[in-house]
Amino acid sequence: MYQFLYDLIGNEILAGLLVAVVPLTIILVFALFGIWLERKVSAHMQDRLGPMRTGWHGWLQTVADLMKMLQKEDIVATDADKTLYNIAPVLVFSGSFAAYAVIPFSSKLLGSEVEIGIFYVLAISSLVVAGILMAGWSANNKYSLLGAMRAAAQIISYEIPTIIVVLTIVMITGTLSLYKLSELQSGYFWNWMIFGGPGPGLHKFLFIPFMFIGFIILYISTLAEVNRTPFDIPEAESELVAGYHTEYSGMKFAMFFLAEYANMFAVSAIVAAVFFGGYQSPFGYLGNAFNLPWLIPIEQFFWFTAKGLFFVFVQMWLRWTLPRLRVDQLMAVCWKYLIPISFVNLIVVGLISVL
Amino acid sequence: MPLKTETMILNMGPQHPSTHGVLRLELDIEGELILSVKPHIGYLHRCFEKHAEAMTYPQVIPYTDRLDYLAAMGNNFGYVVAVEKLLGIQIPERVEYIRVIMAELQRIASHLVAIATNGADIGALTPFLYLFRDREYILSLFEMTCGARMLYNYMWIGGLSHDIHPDFVRKTKEFINHFRPTVVELNNLLTFNKIFIERTANIGILPIDTAINFGASGPVLRGSGLPFDVRKEDPYSIYNRFDFEIPTGIGLVGTVGDCWDRYYVRVLEMEQSVRIIEQAIDNIPEGNVQSAIPKRIKPPKGTAYARVENPRGELGFFIISDGNLNPFRVKVRAPSFVNLEVMGELCKGHLVADVIAILGSLDIVLGEIDR
Repeated sequence: MYQFLYDLIGNEILAGLLVAVVPLTIILVFALFGIWLERKVSAHMQDRLGPMRTGWHGWLQTVADLMKMLQKEDIVATDADKTLYNIAPVLVFSGSFAAYAVIPFSSKLLGSEVEIGIFYVLAISSLVVAGILMAGWSANNKYSLLGAMRAAAQIISYEIPTIIVVLTIVMITGTLSLYKLSELQSGYFWNWMIFGGPGPGLHKFLFIPFMFIGFIILYISTLAEVNRTPFDIPEAESELVAGYHTEYSGMKFAMFFLAEYANMFAVSAIVAAVFFGGYQSPFGYLGNAFNLPWLIPIEQFFWFTAKGLFFVFVQMWLRWTLPRLRVDQLMAVCWKYLIPISFVNLIVVGLISVL
Repeated sequence: MPLKTETMILNMGPQHPSTHGVLRLELDIEGELILSVKPHIGYLHRCFEKHAEAMTYPQVIPYTDRLDYLAAMGNNFGYVVAVEKLLGIQIPERVEYIRVIMAELQRIASHLVAIATNGADIGALTPFLYLFRDREYILSLFEMTCGARMLYNYMWIGGLSHDIHPDFVRKTKEFINHFRPTVVELNNLLTFNKIFIERTANIGILPIDTAINFGASGPVLRGSGLPFDVRKEDPYSIYNRFDFEIPTGIGLVGTVGDCWDRYYVRVLEMEQSVRIIEQAIDNIPEGNVQSAIPKRIKPPKGTAYARVENPRGELGFFIISDGNLNPFRVKVRAPSFVNLEVMGELCKGHLVADVIAILGSLDIVLGEIDR
C-alpha cells in the first residue's frame, strides 16, 4: 500500500499520511454504518422500525448524532484527574485504530505488511485496557471504577483463549502475517482454515472438528474482548449506568463509542482472516474469469468486508437475544471452560500435524 | 503491616436505570461483594394519606390510581371495596364481573412489566419490548373502556365510570388468543434461557419463615412456596365463583424462594388470570353499571378494612369515617413497601449485579411505597 502510494506521489511524508488516513476513513465509515445497522437490526428484532426520519430508513441518523455530539459541552468533573481523563479516550481509540494498520482488506489494500501481524493486533488491542482503566480511575466515579475493574479483568482473561486459538492456527500455517495467512487460504472455500486449511489429504479432514471448536472459542473470546453482550458487564447499563465512560460527554464519549465499533469490526476481521479465508473469495474471482486483473482487489475488498460485516451482524444478533452474565460467571466461562478446551485443542491439533 | 482496606459505599440511585423509580440503595461493598444494603425511600412522597382526608370519598379515587401506577385498576378496586364495606351497599352483578375482568387484565399488564423489567435489568432487552407490545393490547382495552391508558379512575363507589364498549368482549377474546402463544415465546426466549437461569436461580433466596416474618405478600411470598392469595383466602367481590390455581415457587431450577421462582410465579399467574377472564367474559350479566352509585356518599361513623390481591401483593385500605363527607383517615397497606423490607436480607453476600436481579424480582413500585 505504502509502496504503491509512494510510487504514485513520490513523496514519503505524503504517502505515509495517506496510508494512515485510509484506516481512519474505513473506521469512520464503518462506525457510521455500524451504529445505524445496530439500531436497525435491534429495531427489527424487537418489532420496531428504528430511525426512519433522517434519510432513507434513517441512514443519516448517525451523522446527525455525531453533529450533536460535536456541539455538546465537554464536561469534566471537578474531582477528576484531568490529564488521565483527557488521555483515556484517545488511548482507547488509538488502540483500536492502530489494529487496522495490519488488517488485510484485500491483497492491495493493507496498511503495512508486517511479519508478526496477528501478534501485533493482539498486542496493540491490549492498549485499550490501559485506556479503560485510566478512564475508570480518573473520572472519580464509583460506577466508572467498578466498570474499569471489570473491564480490565475481563479483557485480560479473555486474551488467553484468543491467543491460544490463534497459536493453533499459527502452528499449522507457520506464519504470523495476516496477509500470508489470507494468501495461504486462496482458491476455493474448502481451503479456508475452518475447513482444515489448504493442505491436502487426511490431515485436512482430521483438522475440521478442531477448527470449528477453535473458531467458536475465538468468537466467544473476541465478543468478550470488545465488551459485547452477553459479556458487556463493564458497561452494563442496568447495573453500572455506563461503566467506565459514565462521566464522559460530547466528543470524548463519541470516541469511546467509535472505538467500540471499530473494535467490533477489527475482531470480526481477525476471525474472518484467521478462519474464513480473509479476503479470498469462496468461489474464485470474476476478474480471473473475464481476464480483468484490476477487478480482483476490488472483489477481495468486497469479500473481506462482507465476511467482517457478517460477524458484526452475529455480534448484534447475540446482543439483542441474550441476557448478560455476571462478573464471576464470566470469569468461570473463561478460566474453567475456554482456556482448558483451547489448550486441549492446541495439543490435539499439534499431534495431528505431527502425524 | 497488613494493607489497610476500606469498604466502599455506593449510592445506587435515586437516579439509576434499574432502581425502578426514585429509590436510593445504599450499598456497602467490598469490591463487588455486598456487605449490606439499605433502601432509602421517600423521594416520591406525595402525602396521599393526608390529601385523602381533605377530599370527599369519590375524589380520593383518582389519587389511588397514582399509588401503584402500574396497577391502577387494582388500587381503585381496593379503595372502592373498602368504602362499600363502610357504606354497606350491594353492587350489581354486572359491575362485579367487569371489575374482576379489569383487575385481572391489569394483573397481566402489571406482571408483563415486572417480567419485562426483570429481564431488561439482566440485559435481555428484546423480551422487554415484546412484552410491552403485548401490554399495549391491554392498555388499548382500557383506553376503549374508560379513555385512559394508565390512570383510569374507572371503579367508582357502587359502580363504574363507564360501561364496557360493545367491542370489548370480542377484543378481550382476541387478546387472549394472542397472549397464550406469547407466553410460550417468552418461556423459550427468557424464562428457560441458560444465562437467565444462571443469573436468577439460587440468587436472593427468601426462606418461607423470613418471608412470613417480614409480612411479604404477593408473588414474593408465593415464590417462597406459600400459596397465600387474598383472592382465595379472603375472597372479595366475586372471586369465589371462579376456578383458578395459586402458583407457588417450587425451585424448578434452583432453590425454593430464589429470584427465578418469584419471576416464574408471575409467569404462571398470568395464565391463571387469563383463566379467570375466560370464565368471566362470557357471563357478564346485563344491567346498569351506575344504578347503585349513591347520590351522596356519607358513610356512617366507623372503620373498615378491605384487602385485595394487587399484582404486587396484599393491598389493604383502612378507612376511618367520622360521618362526614370526607374520610377521617385513609391508611394504605402497600405491598411493595412491605416487600422492599426483605431487600437487606436477600442481598447479603451477593454481588452488585445480583442486587439488580433481586430488586427486579421483588417488583416494587415507588409510587406505592412513598405514597
